[in-house]
Amino acid sequence: MSARPFPFGPAPFGRAPVPAVPEPTAPTLSEAFGTRPLAGAAAGFVLAALPPGLVLWAQDRLSRAEFGAPFLPGMGRDLLRLDLTRPADVLAALEDGLQTRALAAVVGEIHGPAPALSFTASRRLALRAEAAGLPCWLIRHAARPEASAARMRWRLDPLPSVPDPDDPQAPGDPHWLAELFRARGGPPSTWVARHDRAADRLDFSASAGDRKLAEPRRAPGRRLA
Amino acid sequence: MIHAANRAAEAAGARIGARAVDCRAICPELRIEPAEPEQDAARLARLAFWTRRWGPYSTPDGDDGIILDTSGAAHLFGGEAAMLAEIQAGFARAGLTARLALAPTRGAAWALARLGPERAICTDPLPALAPLPVAGLRLSGETLLLLRRLGLGTIGDLAAIPRLSLMRRFARAQPQDNPLIRLDQALGRAAEPLDAPEPAPEYIAQVRLAEPVMDPSDWLPGLLGDLCAQLAAADRGCRRLCLSVFRTDGERRDIRVAMAAPTRDPGHLLRLFDGRLGRLDPGYGFDLIRLAAEAVEPLAQAQPGLDGTAAQGLALARLVDRLAARFGAAAISRPLPRESHVPERAETPGPPLAAIPAPPARPDRPIRLLNPPEEIRVLYAIPEGPPAQFLWRRQTLRVARHAGPERIAPEWWRDRPGTRLRDYFRIEDETGLRLWIYREGLVHDGRGGVPRWFLHGIFA
Repeated sequence: MSARPFPFGPAPFGRAPVPAVPEPTAPTLSEAFGTRPLAGAAAGFVLAALPPGLVLWAQDRLSRAEFGAPFLPGMGRDLLRLDLTRPADVLAALEDGLQTRALAAVVGEIHGPAPALSFTASRRLALRAEAAGLPCWLIRHAARPEASAARMRWRLDPLPSVPDPDDPQAPGDPHWLAELFRARGGPPSTWVARHDRAADRLDFSASAGDRKLAEPRRAPGRRLA
Repeated sequence: MIHAANRAAEAAGARIGARAVDCRAICPELRIEPAEPEQDAARLARLAFWTRRWGPYSTPDGDDGIILDTSGAAHLFGGEAAMLAEIQAGFARAGLTARLALAPTRGAAWALARLGPERAICTDPLPALAPLPVAGLRLSGETLLLLRRLGLGTIGDLAAIPRLSLMRRFARAQPQDNPLIRLDQALGRAAEPLDAPEPAPEYIAQVRLAEPVMDPSDWLPGLLGDLCAQLAAADRGCRRLCLSVFRTDGERRDIRVAMAAPTRDPGHLLRLFDGRLGRLDPGYGFDLIRLAAEAVEPLAQAQPGLDGTAAQGLALARLVDRLAARFGAAAISRPLPRESHVPERAETPGPPLAAIPAPPARPDRPIRLLNPPEEIRVLYAIPEGPPAQFLWRRQTLRVARHAGPERIAPEWWRDRPGTRLRDYFRIEDETGLRLWIYREGLVHDGRGGVPRWFLHGIFA
């Protein structure tokens, strides 16, 4: 599988500008798409972006079979786990969870294309999340982004990690390529996100790719395929 | 047939089991009243619940006995002798003569109550039971006759016989008629747990309809309001609610709803029944709808906050109730940490309302664990370390970086002998996938063939 191309253009002053990270003004419905099987990028990104507190984590059967279940020693946070069967059940559970004030966030995992997750269903979920003031994340595995009312839609890809300070041969802090391809109130952009585990922070930096000399203006708008 | 006789009648010649006309011939002044065995049994069951003032578990024992488990409760009544005296006085006030005994086992108590001294208290069953006849072992008439023919008159004689001979002699007897098993139960060598029934619910709201209806949901709010008012008047909340509908053709259907914390809020209870009423099969209609609170616990009045909202612990309990009513109680769990190095045992599903704070995340543990671990096929192995290339689900992955091995040995106190140890590696491939794989066993550990490799977890 080839690595995804880094979109860039001729950079002014030799540096690519870092797009501003969108901070949502109010917690809302966000979707995170995982692109590859076995990539824990979507789950890891969502985990790093959650506020502290009790989180409701609802999974459907295929997510559990293909990607496993959340593992407490690795996650290190309080979870209320729901093992469900169908995507429609996951949506119903998320709606129920958003009506409680005892939770800090709700996360739902759906594998594959879910006809139950129609535009109206996602819109209802988004309105409920905004009314309740709780962040609601939907992790989609093995699915194409369809019409949805999620306010922020991310696509997560794993990247080679930061080298571990003690052992250069070992994998270190996770690195992801986070592409926000739809955001309400902001342009779509791409970042390289790094989860600083020691400080429990999600750092966004510009997705700097291979620098390329600016081409002479003969073929306007020519970019790497 | 005579079912029971008082002392005067027995002195005059009436025997239990004899024909009534024969006994009237022997004694013309005998007063005979018809026996009502079902009502006697019902009264005995009610009496068994009444004896729960002295102990938590009680059940009727046969036709004329009650077994009451008072383990650890005697000190509340001033000692065992005082408790027995109080029980006998209680029955006497109700107009009943009771023969009592207190013993460590059910069988011993049965024998001592019927054949032992008055209000016997025994701490060690064998010496107390030894002088009693074998009829105290709850055996049938034929077995008793057989034992008498064998010359075993008392329980002490029976206990003195070697076990093997008794086992051989009565190998084909039924368990409730086997002298050896009954002896073991009486002496405490075999367990005999009490099957104590639950009392009938006290908080019931029901409505009897003039015409059969197909859908009980219209009456449910009214019934819930009525039941919650009864509970509020008694300062109680219910944890289990049973809606019974009685069909016109004589069938009865029940829907049960359970709550994580006691509650008496009609709105919350009504939402728990959402969607479940449609599964009732109405037949020709229902004409009696009954709502009973089955498990009732004390619930004090909670003061609401200044803005009228309830406490936060309550909000979580209500969420758990709603989710459990919709998806079943087994779907919700809260992982709790457990002391174990083996990863699949390092967390255990706990009750949803447990409040143990989670330990901080370990960087060398994955965020997701596959259950069961999936085997991977090694394409290119290197002598130390993880395989350089392997095949998983028809994808070839090439390892760029790795950390490990972390050896996790089997827990010898739990695992089967022959379980192989695991060497875990945290690997990362060229594109950035971070996985947790392990090799099961060593090449020459003598517990199997060539070690196999498995994928167990996925890192962020």
